[in-house]
Amino acid sequence: MRSMVYRGPYKVRVEEKDIPKIEHPNDAIVRVTRAAICGSDLHLYHGMMPDTRVGMTFGHEFIGVVHEVGSSVQNLAVGDRVMVPFNIYCGSCYFCARGLYSNCHNVNPNATAVGGIYGYSHTCGGYDGGQSEYVRVPFADVGPGLIPDWMDEEDAVLLTDALPTGYFGAQLGDIVQGDTVVVFGAGPVGLFAAKSAWLMGAGRVIVVDHLEYRLEKARTFAHAETYNFAEYDDIVVHLKKATDYLGADVVIDAVGAEADGNFLQHVTSSKLKLQGGSPIALNWAIDSVRKGGTVSVVGAYGPIFSAVKFGDAMNKGLTLRMNQCPVKRQWPRLFEHIRNGYLKPSDIVTHRIPLEHIAEGYHIFSAKLDECIKPLVIPSAA
Amino acid sequence: MAEIPTPYTAAKPALKESVEDLRARIPGWGADLDPADRPSYPREQPGIETGAHWDFPERQPEKWPRERSVEHAFLTPVFGTSTPPKGASGAIRKYAYKYSEGRAAHWLLLVAADRVDATEHHVKSLATLRPDNPVTETGVLSEFSSHGISSRFGQKRADTNHQWIDPIIVAGPWVLAAVGLAAAYRTLRKERTEPDN
Repeated sequence: MRSMVYRGPYKVRVEEKDIPKIEHPNDAIVRVTRAAICGSDLHLYHGMMPDTRVGMTFGHEFIGVVHEVGSSVQNLAVGDRVMVPFNIYCGSCYFCARGLYSNCHNVNPNATAVGGIYGYSHTCGGYDGGQSEYVRVPFADVGPGLIPDWMDEEDAVLLTDALPTGYFGAQLGDIVQGDTVVVFGAGPVGLFAAKSAWLMGAGRVIVVDHLEYRLEKARTFAHAETYNFAEYDDIVVHLKKATDYLGADVVIDAVGAEADGNFLQHVTSSKLKLQGGSPIALNWAIDSVRKGGTVSVVGAYGPIFSAVKFGDAMNKGLTLRMNQCPVKRQWPRLFEHIRNGYLKPSDIVTHRIPLEHIAEGYHIFSAKLDECIKPLVIPSAA
Repeated sequence: MAEIPTPYTAAKPALKESVEDLRARIPGWGADLDPADRPSYPREQPGIETGAHWDFPERQPEKWPRERSVEHAFLTPVFGTSTPPKGASGAIRKYAYKYSEGRAAHWLLLVAADRVDATEHHVKSLATLRPDNPVTETGVLSEFSSHGISSRFGQKRADTNHQWIDPIIVAGPWVLAAVGLAAAYRTLRKERTEPDN
């Protein structure tokens, strides 16, 4: 089969690999029909995530058709069209039993702090991902769900991570009616977080980024007020002024480890790998939220320390909420919102890239060329 | 006297738009006003039906000594089998797993192993029919087909101040290796051609 393969920082190519085998009785092998490149894949691509091995196949957003099932699989059959959450989880450990699917304790031997994620380094369990023609899906009775007949394929692939994570970001903010919500980052997750904040009754939604074309999308797709931080000497002061010096009630960090806006923070993390992530957006969130407010973090950070302004968070009495999203718990409500026309996730897709051209796809997404917001990957056998 | 900004007095600022206006402008506004309508609420819900039909999953066969965090009581029943540790990078990785996730040494060794791993594979690839090709593997040719110049210049982008570092990260080690090899070759050649005194 053809698979995307990591060759070192900033380098990927497509190689011939063996079709994965059933390794556990509850495994399924899925033939991938659509995958996506996630902003967090760029952290791997840039060599930021510890224990990212040459030869690994990335990709934690994918849908496909069941090709083979293990002997104990009861809920799926060969030929089923499935959407697969980015979380790999057992459904039975202490954490899964309470709904914390993204914090499963039975699937990642390499680390206890993070659960299992497809194609996301050995720090997240050492599983190959879905930017490939076939992928091994552990715990087939637990994670994957059937794609409803009415659902568009591109909406389905965005339901495996980006949309649920964005909605989850807004949800972690515990938004109440009339709240002012600031979202840092107008990438896919930030756009979905902004859109979701309205569903929860926000009175004002502000999106901050430095890419004009993404801010334009935030205005049209997410109905948000926008600011380009590159136009302001100090975006925190501007946000204070914009909120009558109060600060926002809720701020969502939808940027994560490679935030821009401070050369030193960015270079020490993204280029020199001396921090687990560049906490520029997180620090701006801490500084621009009001005292007693809530900061929600859904941007991904690595496990190494980061220079976070924790003192300000403490002194302001902030509530900090964060987690990887438990995708499957989000689905039923998000399905309703899609059917009602409140959400149309595939509206943010800008690029559809054949698997054979995935190196170009990564470069375009990484360098933010061609007004790229969300690239999908189309495997050769799809 | 000028109006006093919000936080200096008790009143909450008025909404910029009325609820009616918001509802008219934003499809679905307020559909999830009630937290009970939001998924994953409350955060922890014991007794959720997950589809698991086991108390503890059957164990996946361990085909090589699988590296694992010392914070785990044992090897997890299911694990990824991509890219087993090999070579010098594999040795560094195995050593890194002697330290807990709480120790900087664990992560910094893993990052170092990643750099060694890339070098090992680049060198090995030179002896194959498909050596690493920095042009095709970086996808840099898309600069020409995807508006590389107009996407960057004339925009108010904050990332152009560090993008010049990327080619150094990609090509720098190759250039350094080439310079080192050339220097070694020159030294050896000089030693051979100059007779001993």
